[in-house]
Amino acid sequence: MSEVQAPAIVVENLRITLRNTDIDIVDDVSFEIAPGEVLGLVGESGSGKTTAGLALLGHCRRGVEIAGGSVRVGETDVLALDTLARRRLRGGIVSYVPQDPAASLNPALRIGTQLRETLEVHNYGADDEARRERLAEMMREVLLPDDPAYLRRYPHELSGGQQQRVGLAMAFACRPRVIVLDEPTTGLDVTTQAHVLNSVRDLTELHRAAALYVSHDLAVVATLATRVAVMYAGRVVELGPSQELFETPSHPYTRRLIGAIPHISGKRQLAGIPGRAPSPGNRPKGCFFAPRCSWKIDQCTVELPPLRSVSNGHLARCIRAEEVRAEAGLPSGETLPADAVSVEDAVLSLRSVHSAYGGHTVVHDINFDLAPHECLALVGESGSGKTTLARSIGGLHRERRGEILLNGEPLAASSRGRSREARRMIQYIFQNPYGSLNPRRTIGQIVRQPVELFGTGSDREADKLVGEMLERVSLTAAYAERYPDQLSGGERQRVAIARALICEPAVLVCDEVTSALDVSVQAAIVDLLAELQRDLGLSMLFVTHNLPLVRSIAQRVAVMNHGRIVEMGTVDSVLLNPADDYTKALLADTPSLEAATT
Amino acid sequence: MTLVADTPLTPEPEAVGPSPPTGRLLRSALGLWRTRIGITLAGAMIAVALFGPYVAPHGPSDFVGAPNSSSVGTFGTDHLGQDVLSRFLAGGRSILAISAAATLIGLVLGSIVGLVSAYARNLLDDGLMRLMDVILAFPQIMLALVALVTLGPKTWLIIVAVGGTTMPRVARVIRGAAQPIVERDFVAAADALGVPRWRILLGEVLPNVLSPLMVECSLRLTYSIGLVATLGFFGFTPNPGGADWGLMIFENRLALTVQPWGVVLPVIAIALITLGTGLLGDGVARAAAGIDRGRATE
Repeated sequence: MSEVQAPAIVVENLRITLRNTDIDIVDDVSFEIAPGEVLGLVGESGSGKTTAGLALLGHCRRGVEIAGGSVRVGETDVLALDTLARRRLRGGIVSYVPQDPAASLNPALRIGTQLRETLEVHNYGADDEARRERLAEMMREVLLPDDPAYLRRYPHELSGGQQQRVGLAMAFACRPRVIVLDEPTTGLDVTTQAHVLNSVRDLTELHRAAALYVSHDLAVVATLATRVAVMYAGRVVELGPSQELFETPSHPYTRRLIGAIPHISGKRQLAGIPGRAPSPGNRPKGCFFAPRCSWKIDQCTVELPPLRSVSNGHLARCIRAEEVRAEAGLPSGETLPADAVSVEDAVLSLRSVHSAYGGHTVVHDINFDLAPHECLALVGESGSGKTTLARSIGGLHRERRGEILLNGEPLAASSRGRSREARRMIQYIFQNPYGSLNPRRTIGQIVRQPVELFGTGSDREADKLVGEMLERVSLTAAYAERYPDQLSGGERQRVAIARALICEPAVLVCDEVTSALDVSVQAAIVDLLAELQRDLGLSMLFVTHNLPLVRSIAQRVAVMNHGRIVEMGTVDSVLLNPADDYTKALLADTPSLEAATT
Repeated sequence: MTLVADTPLTPEPEAVGPSPPTGRLLRSALGLWRTRIGITLAGAMIAVALFGPYVAPHGPSDFVGAPNSSSVGTFGTDHLGQDVLSRFLAGGRSILAISAAATLIGLVLGSIVGLVSAYARNLLDDGLMRLMDVILAFPQIMLALVALVTLGPKTWLIIVAVGGTTMPRVARVIRGAAQPIVERDFVAAADALGVPRWRILLGEVLPNVLSPLMVECSLRLTYSIGLVATLGFFGFTPNPGGADWGLMIFENRLALTVQPWGVVLPVIAIALITLGTGLLGDGVARAAAGIDRGRATE
């Protein structure tokens, strides 16, 4: 720790509101970051973490304004500067790494040009020669080749990880004193993520830059940050040294958040957080977390508790912080027994399945059986062919060879070539609940659609069935009247599950169904799927890139790499004693809370 | 065990009651001044065309005085001595009816071609769109003139000619709007369930291209009115002796300096109604842009 050093950036009582209103998005946010230190800012979507992060650059989104507080970098108060001075500050003294590198790099300019531009705008270096040297140095710092041929590439000629490293190089180009990283590894594979995180760690140390790492991923933050601030509903609810905060969380929200993360080592049920974070303008009186909190007492609803110290350098915004802190063990569901699976009478069998795109084979020779009541996880990084395989099974990908058997009957490649019964028995749930529900239809119409195709019952029975299904996925029948855009991501995914369940399927193919969701919502969805699988005796193919998640839902796991299954076995054997090198690498690169805190 | 959900514990605070996005679109379009002005202008001109004949002082073909006289009636007489006001009031019906019918045909055919093309994504798409390109290669007015010169000025032919040449323009827009929609997962979900293709097009895709379709509707109506008026100016009206705004401009253009009303009245009418439908389309387009970006101002 660097108490002796003056902090590089001091944020005090930051307040950000919707323009011309008194509705705050972020309020009462104070923290400081020492040079060379990484502060992790953790929160779920809508918690205001990105808004707070951008304020460090004196920037806010349209329709939003910084209403109060101060952001001091050294002697300068960023918020007191005029537009021109702020622009000079950004990229030079305070820089920013955005979430999506593909969207933040100009696709029409060579990366060398873009990097040079940053240096020129900020008059970095004495002359062109000095800048060229700095450019090469930057590229080496982020472990990219520094030869001219590479610098002449366009962003699309780089992989996602390389693009993000160019983004990092650009951010560190002028040796800024403060750097804001906004979920820079979201959307990257774990291996790539591990490399980028290493670069971030090395660069902040090397340049003595103060870094604010904004992320929703607790495991990533735990491995990277020295201190962590947890945001909920626009407030910092807990702030403390990383290890201490994750070992003895002192705010109920932090505890629940940690409980919602899947762990690699032990099979246990995930515990979601009930309810939904209040949106700006709809926040309750008292502690904002009180309506969802199991520690709630009457006093909690009186006024918002202040952030107060619970131990050295550890702050929490809870009146019962000491009790929360003293509670032994982290909240988590019961440990699930590892269940044995027999695959004698398989529901679904794949026999040397190959799938291709335009003649280019991306999935090679896949063989496996899916037993009744079994959940098989299909794990792999992006490009491993796992989604293509899932789509082939779902009848959404036509270019495929080999046999897929449903109860011994071979299935046609396209869903339209399959029998009605086969279409009903295999249901597919899509990754992105924002894309899989027609925005112009009500939830009722969406869930009803399969009934109209497969069912024989009357309108009234169909309505009743829709209501039952919505309740089955923990929504209410009242949701039938709503449109998808009135629902949160988690609720939408529940609707998608209800649409699949109403068909009474035998096999559920879940394609990365939680990757677009927050961890607490992910936990609730996985919990729901696991329960449905148990209660309804579904067979499930659970496609994911998230290895720890496999623990909480699957009995067997198949690891895919370059279109082939490299390892397959029970969850315990694969995750604890991986045989294949690829699986080992994958496990080693997966950030985990346990590894970071022990 | 109890299921833990991210469902609201308290009644949903932000629910504004169910409202279909299309309804929201129209409501927010009506909130814009340009839409209101557009509706007023177009509505006034449609009212003139619809009810004009009932309030006209004379029949459209009655001779009421000397030709090109400005002293008879409110707006004088035309080149044959017929009452300009009466002809103006009677002359809107056919032009608007023909334009509306032609636009409707163009929109329906164009939407079908556009939706099918976007959904097919194969040779059919290529074939259809190249066919549209061929039609697009000729100016609308030229194809319409060729058809009318060949077969004579019949009402159905004007409608077919104008509608048929409107079709490829609509088809391109709808195909463009539908292309990203057919890639969305809800279309794949319907495909996987085996929903009939025509129901996917009408039930899943069409509702999602309604905003551009509505914009296109008013835009194409604007062009069709102009085109039908032009054809009338060239004498291609189903009823050559009768009243028609386009024909009136042609007939009275020589006397423009002596008796301008015979030209000015229909010109103003055509200008106002095209301005009106144009503004209306613009308003819908702006509202759609706001809604599609999720910034509907309600």
